[in-house]
Amino acid sequence: MNAQEILAKLPYSKPFLFVDELLQIDENGSTGTYTYDKDLDFYKGHFKDAPVTPGVILTETMAQIGLVCLGIYLSENANTEMKAHVMLTSTAMDFMKPVFPGEMVTVTAEKVYFRFKKLNCNVVMKNEAGETVCKGNISGMVTTKMND
Amino acid sequence: MDREVIISAIKEVAAPYTQDKQALDEISETTSFITDLKINSANLVDIVLDLEEKFGIEIDNDSMAKMLDVKSTLDVIEAKLAEK
Repeated sequence: MNAQEILAKLPYSKPFLFVDELLQIDENGSTGTYTYDKDLDFYKGHFKDAPVTPGVILTETMAQIGLVCLGIYLSENANTEMKAHVMLTSTAMDFMKPVFPGEMVTVTAEKVYFRFKKLNCNVVMKNEAGETVCKGNISGMVTTKMND
Repeated sequence: MDREVIISAIKEVAAPYTQDKQALDEISETTSFITDLKINSANLVDIVLDLEEKFGIEIDNDSMAKMLDVKSTLDVIEAKLAEK
């Protein structure tokens, strides 16, 4: 399955799609980019008069690129009949630098394990200057239907 | 290997994933990971992976599906140890 096919299978749309491009994907990991549109609604309130991308949104971006894209790739390569959904089960993140409206980030995920439908990945997000803005570990269950 | 020894190993492995210390202290063969220890399916995977490492065994998908309580987990571990 190629990057375009995976993007087409993502269950998100605006304003909650946080993947622009999937640069690389194989059984060991994935790399993708996203640019935070300065008009995204949450910037109006986070924070008042000082917009910064919320940590939960950075975490979501890492989950969509690292966990969901990779989970769809891994499960549909194993079983093409199955429609994969990925349910987030845990995250542990460290945040190093702020991400401002309009910034582009690159997320790289490395699979730690994929066993018994659970995918666990180490993820790193870098800004355009190549600085690490956040990193951590994220996992989810890859299921055949939503809310399984 | 004695079943009591295996139960105490299961207890040790499950400890980081449950907040219900009383249920953990009272662990027995009838204890369910999900309803008694309140462990979710994602952490159940981690318990199974930790048990694989602890006992030097490999657990297949069908066996994993059975491992919802202490008794069935014991049975799987004993069967896998016997295969070694």
